[in-house]
Amino acid sequence: MILVALISILFIGGLLSWAAEGLDSKFPRVVALITILIELAVVIFLLQMDAGGDSYIASVEGEWIPRFGIGFYLASDGLSVLMIALTGFLGLVAIGAAWNEITEKTGFFYFNLLWTLAGVIGVFTALDLFLFFFFWEVMLIPMYFIIAIWGHENKNYAAMKFFIFTQVSGMIMLISILLLSYLHYVSFGRFSFKYEDLLLLEIALPLQLWIMLGFFVGFATKLPSVPFHSWLPDAHSQAPTAGSVILAGILLKTGAYGLIRFAIPLFPEASELFAPIAMTLAAVSILYCAKVAFAQTDIKRLIAYTSISHMGFVTLGIYAWNEQAVQGAIMTMLAHGLSAAALFMLAGGLQHRIHTRDMSKMGGFWKAVPRMAVVTLFFSIAALGMPGLGNFVGEFLALIGAFQANIWATVAAAFGLILASVYSLWVIQQVFQGEYKMGAGVETGLIDLDKREMTYFVLMMLGLIWMGLYPQSFLAMTQPVLAQIIT
Amino acid sequence: MISLDDLLPLLPLLITTVTVVITMIAIALRRSHAASATITIIGLLIAAFVAIRMMPYTNQQITPLLVIDQFSLLFTALSCIFALFIAILSYPYFLKLDDHKEEFYLLLGIATVGSIVMVSSNHFIGLVLGLETLSMSLYGMIAYPLHSKNAAKNPLEASVKYLVLSAAASGFVLFGIALVYMQTGSLAFVQLEHGNSEIILSEGYTVLALMLIAAGISFKLSLAPFHMWTPDVYEGAPVPATAYLATIGKMAMFVVFLRFVLVSDALSFGSVLAAFSLIAIASIVIGNLLALVQQNLKRLLAYSSIAHMGYLMIAVVASFSNQNTLSTEAISFYLVAYLVMSLGAFGVISIVSSSENEFDLVADFQGLFWRAPWLAVIFTAMLLSLAGIPLTAGFIGKFYIFFAGVESSLWVLLFALVIGSGIGLYYYLRIIYAMLLPRALEEERFPIAGIESLTSYCVLAILFLILIILGVYPAPLMNLLENAVSLI
Repeated sequence: MILVALISILFIGGLLSWAAEGLDSKFPRVVALITILIELAVVIFLLQMDAGGDSYIASVEGEWIPRFGIGFYLASDGLSVLMIALTGFLGLVAIGAAWNEITEKTGFFYFNLLWTLAGVIGVFTALDLFLFFFFWEVMLIPMYFIIAIWGHENKNYAAMKFFIFTQVSGMIMLISILLLSYLHYVSFGRFSFKYEDLLLLEIALPLQLWIMLGFFVGFATKLPSVPFHSWLPDAHSQAPTAGSVILAGILLKTGAYGLIRFAIPLFPEASELFAPIAMTLAAVSILYCAKVAFAQTDIKRLIAYTSISHMGFVTLGIYAWNEQAVQGAIMTMLAHGLSAAALFMLAGGLQHRIHTRDMSKMGGFWKAVPRMAVVTLFFSIAALGMPGLGNFVGEFLALIGAFQANIWATVAAAFGLILASVYSLWVIQQVFQGEYKMGAGVETGLIDLDKREMTYFVLMMLGLIWMGLYPQSFLAMTQPVLAQIIT
Repeated sequence: MISLDDLLPLLPLLITTVTVVITMIAIALRRSHAASATITIIGLLIAAFVAIRMMPYTNQQITPLLVIDQFSLLFTALSCIFALFIAILSYPYFLKLDDHKEEFYLLLGIATVGSIVMVSSNHFIGLVLGLETLSMSLYGMIAYPLHSKNAAKNPLEASVKYLVLSAAASGFVLFGIALVYMQTGSLAFVQLEHGNSEIILSEGYTVLALMLIAAGISFKLSLAPFHMWTPDVYEGAPVPATAYLATIGKMAMFVVFLRFVLVSDALSFGSVLAAFSLIAIASIVIGNLLALVQQNLKRLLAYSSIAHMGYLMIAVVASFSNQNTLSTEAISFYLVAYLVMSLGAFGVISIVSSSENEFDLVADFQGLFWRAPWLAVIFTAMLLSLAGIPLTAGFIGKFYIFFAGVESSLWVLLFALVIGSGIGLYYYLRIIYAMLLPRALEEERFPIAGIESLTSYCVLAILFLILIILGVYPAPLMNLLENAVSLI
């Protein structure tokens, strides 16, 4: 029941904060904050629960559409719990990012924000594939609204592109899901969408490869991996800061989660065959997007491309499919969730202050906003993989694991680390060093980070340091899960 | 002879007919818009109620023409309910018409009689009778504001267009029926046999007959390449008539078409199967592509309905190789969902329009989210449902169609469905985006309707609820359909 509570708290909180707008336009954010704090309390409670021999820490199962054997089946193991914790934490951060930035239609904004989070938690817990697909789609609509209403100059194009990309790839995945269920009908005489039931299927190879590809397209679009990535830079650069935080921090992770949970365990043979291609795509993503990032002048687009590049390590680790590599992928997901969210918040903060994202109009901000500069430096260094911080642990483990599976792709991918330092430091140099440039529209000078903002950033820093210095507390949670699914 | 036992299952049909007669008498006694509408609404409500009550235990062939089973009763009830919704929506729409308003409800009632006959017929005579009754009333409904000096659109043009083309299509159907009759010697729907030595003409004539019937029916369903009339008629007709044509008109035709295809086994002819597949693909592609460039909502919905009929054809094609009744259920569910979302969309247009002034441009709806949030939420839900997004009935409908297609391995058709839905998203989102834009105060053209539209708002609210309930908890309707379909 705790899982149902996790989702319904957010759904109800969303409705309440929409309703609260009627009283005062400042109420919705308070309601949203309270909702997310309650949510986090439940998450902490969930983190302390013990599986006690069961494979799931918590689960709930009920009938939903018996005609097709569809159940309302939610369950969470160590992997989903970690992802839920990340979602809750970044939800809090996103509300913080939106606190002063969103001044119009606040009720509807927080409604959409909380409903997106609810959809994401549904994705991380659903173990009935129909239910999973249902949540997969549910999280898109509010995200569309967030980009389309509160986005920047080119929001219509970006929101539309985001929606159509993810929706069409989702439908291809739906065909694969239905095919699985139908194969279950052929083998066992009844339809089923239940994860454990479908794991038992034995599918002949050419067909298995096709079904797997349907899943891969769905997840790789969300991840995103080259060649399905072109929606992401647009969506990020146009989304409001809170939207970017959720998009980069959580939504991208649903794609990686899907690969770990569904795409590979359901189709082991096909995935093994496909792994070299996937790992090559991952290496291409890492190098190509790092290169493209370097060519950007729009700071948000730059961070968006670096996100794609970092997610390449995740794909690489997942398709290596040994415990080390997948652990690395999961650590990268968590660490990148924090560092990318922080960087997008900083970029959003800059945009909020100087009304441009164009880096050629920035420069020498270090003196004006020292705290912001230090924070940016910290997260840039985290993103480039400095030992002692979370990202390093993740990428290092992913590379070690991947080296055992595919030497050449791994060697190529490792060059990504060098490119990462180049573009990260380049950003710092462009924005904070050199000659002081007054950005367009700033007459009064820049305002440094205030206490509220610093609180969020310090929390995220602590998270990254924790991951970097004592990753065992996270690895221990996912280890039993991976031991079970990696054979 | 028809005995009393035979009349009992016909009750919904009889009640509707009686309603029409009473309305006519009432008009003859004293003209009153409100009375005319009320009588029709109450009559249809009773008919729907009776049909629903009869559903569990009626399965009977009444005269050779009509079969009253769960399936036909379900769609009878739906015809009555949706006709009564449209009657409610028509009342504020025609309130200011400078002509007699009462006969519209008469036509609406007669059209519903036609649609009840169609959904219950398993005989060509029943089909033609129902079809013509429905079409004749529709000509009148489309041309209704004809004598009004300030009619919003060109109803006469639309009506004549529909009349001429529809008559031609009926001719095709009749010619096809004649050819089938020559082969089988029966006007009832029977299985068409292959290579039977007793048939007089070669198998080619059976295929020709099926093609002719399919062409005529495709016209009525506005399937490509017989779709040319759709946008013009949709645009020219008054909104309630458009809504009737788009919802009940399509539904009744599809139900009788489905019954014919299932009984006659028409898809066992390879060329017919190929033709249906091509029609499906053409409708999906043409409907979706042409909808992209429309600025007028009625035309946009016309093209989108072409695409939706194409989606339904996928399930028809799938019914050939399905071992169970999945695709028939898929069609039935999708039809129900389509009725709800289509009427919902037209209902929103109707509620802001009147017979003198129709606001049917996408631009008219700019900023609706901030002017009339509830109306905008309902419209958004209907559009998302048409696009097949979860939490709505349209998603479950599309899921069903996908499932039917997967089970029959129709990969090419499914590919068309994915691409078509992808394109479809674009134009549905465009409308939603327009509603999300900031208000354009000086250009806000339509007033938000007042108290006289309260009942219309109720209709929209009911449709919205049905849409969400079917999207979140479709199991009851699924069970009902599974039951109803298994008895065909």
